[in-house]
Amino acid sequence: MSATDIHDPNRRDFLYVATGMAAVVGAGAVAWPFIDQMRPDASTLALASVEVDVSSLQPGSSLIVKWRGKPVVVRNRTEKEMKDGEAVNLGDLKDPIARNANLPSDAPATDANRTTPGKEAWMVMVQVCTHLGCIPLGQEGDFGGWFCPCHGSQYDTAGRIRKGPAPENMAIPVFKFISDTKILIG
Amino acid sequence: MSEGHSTYTPKTGIERWFDARMPLPRLIYDSFVAYPVPRNLNYMWTFGGILSIMLVAQILTGIVLAMHYASDTNLAFDSVEKIMRDVNSGWLLRYLHSNGASFFFVAVYIHIFRGLFYGSYKAPRELLWILGCIIYLLMMATGFMGYVLPWGQMSFWGATVITGFFSAIPLVGDWIQQLLLGGFAVDNPTLNRFFALHYLLPFMIAGVVVLHIWALHVVGQSNPTGIEVKSKTDTVAFTPYATIKDAFGMIVFLFIFAYFVFYLPNYLGHPDNYTVANPLKTPAHIVPEWYFLPFYAILRAITFNVGPINSKLGGVLCMFGAIAMLFLVPWLDTSKVRSAVYRPWYKVFFWLFVADAILLGWLGSQPAEGSYVFMAQMATLFYFAFFLVVMPVLGLIETPRRLPNSITEAVLEKNKGGGGHPAGATAAPETKG
Repeated sequence: MSATDIHDPNRRDFLYVATGMAAVVGAGAVAWPFIDQMRPDASTLALASVEVDVSSLQPGSSLIVKWRGKPVVVRNRTEKEMKDGEAVNLGDLKDPIARNANLPSDAPATDANRTTPGKEAWMVMVQVCTHLGCIPLGQEGDFGGWFCPCHGSQYDTAGRIRKGPAPENMAIPVFKFISDTKILIG
Repeated sequence: MSEGHSTYTPKTGIERWFDARMPLPRLIYDSFVAYPVPRNLNYMWTFGGILSIMLVAQILTGIVLAMHYASDTNLAFDSVEKIMRDVNSGWLLRYLHSNGASFFFVAVYIHIFRGLFYGSYKAPRELLWILGCIIYLLMMATGFMGYVLPWGQMSFWGATVITGFFSAIPLVGDWIQQLLLGGFAVDNPTLNRFFALHYLLPFMIAGVVVLHIWALHVVGQSNPTGIEVKSKTDTVAFTPYATIKDAFGMIVFLFIFAYFVFYLPNYLGHPDNYTVANPLKTPAHIVPEWYFLPFYAILRAITFNVGPINSKLGGVLCMFGAIAMLFLVPWLDTSKVRSAVYRPWYKVFFWLFVADAILLGWLGSQPAEGSYVFMAQMATLFYFAFFLVVMPVLGLIETPRRLPNSITEAVLEKNKGGGGHPAGATAAPETKG
């Protein structure tokens, strides 16, 4: 058949194309459940919220609760830790965004934006390194905040990345104080 | 080489019956008995056979271990301890399997470095080389997932770190990571799917091994001189020459393997993996299995942002790039001479590269701080320079040594000069063929 031998599409051509399309859509439809089953299942997705009693936390102490399979730290910061956090020049930060789920996504990473108004002493934070998901150690490293033993990322007293391979500040989950001594996370 | 037509003649009635219906005996005879191999192969060429044995051994020990293992986060750790203490001979099977993985990688690394030294990847063996790279990737996936199954601290945190690589991908990274984990963190769904895949992948490896051997039998084996087989005097029959040599190599290799299994069974492991996984506490110092350490060092070496690529994505790209380099080797090396024996400068850089890979491995086992970080960055730089600068440039500017005219000439020359026996099938009778 030469290149110039063009014929009008007939019923046979339509049937070929329609059959081919049906096969492609069918293959996709069959493949999807195999991929879909890998995603987090209903029990994992069920959004658990955790209530934490923080009445026992003196300044300088913290506790860790498990939320969605990840540790969330609640820390009652000391005066010095708060001062250190406030004294940081925003220009020195590797990640200038607050990463606070309670604030707009472009809020700057000031010490105040990393905490909640009126409760600036309290850090509530997903204590998971933003590099590859290890749990950083509290109150260690050059900045007195958190130090990740896996790949050497260092966070300051407000959980902001200062040094090392991690790209972002540690995430702050949705939370609120439901009373002076109780926090609801999630 | 496949050009030679089959010399198989069925002798018995049963053989003739099979040959007319499904000529499997003919295939085996042509592939493992009459198959001509270069007469100068040295012991570096026995690792293909050793790797086949290790794959079979891993599959056998793995299947029986799976009969006693429970892939549930509440049961996994205890079920492995039960294998060690209660199951009859369980300790032996588990140590064979865990050390077997290490020795599988020892053999594959020697096999890969053999290929790099003798230029085994050059035309027409590019596809053979790439199939080998695919086997290596599948081995890494299998080894990684297998290490997660005992559900110790290193299992858990190794899985967390390695699946964390995927979250570095822009836009879809988190979705992919959750797809792999089946949740927001490593948990029961992760363990279950890793067990299923750890059982599946070795059979996929076996499939690619068949393709690897098929490709090998089409183009024929390379050899230490890198000169193609030109006449029948360049070769000897696979049986008995290569079979006996392979068998001896296997015995020596398995001897060392057995020494580790019986006397140093935990030397290549990590004590933290005898602590049950705790999602709330990262061990002070996470290290992957030794065979991943060079890549782990490369991952950690990228501590700085490059334009729009942040340090995390940069590290992951470099790590995968380090493996991707292997796939490109056939086209990066511009030299027309295969074997480093005749390439004075390439030989120097090859050994520097070996030293660099070992240095990276050591750095990967050290904490990521202080001068280690800088050393890892320099070693990473050399790693990539070897592939991207040395390989293409050296092929253009290096003057190779004079190549012998044939494998036979090289063997005879060596015999005359050294006075001793040449490496390879020394007893090759000249009358052969």
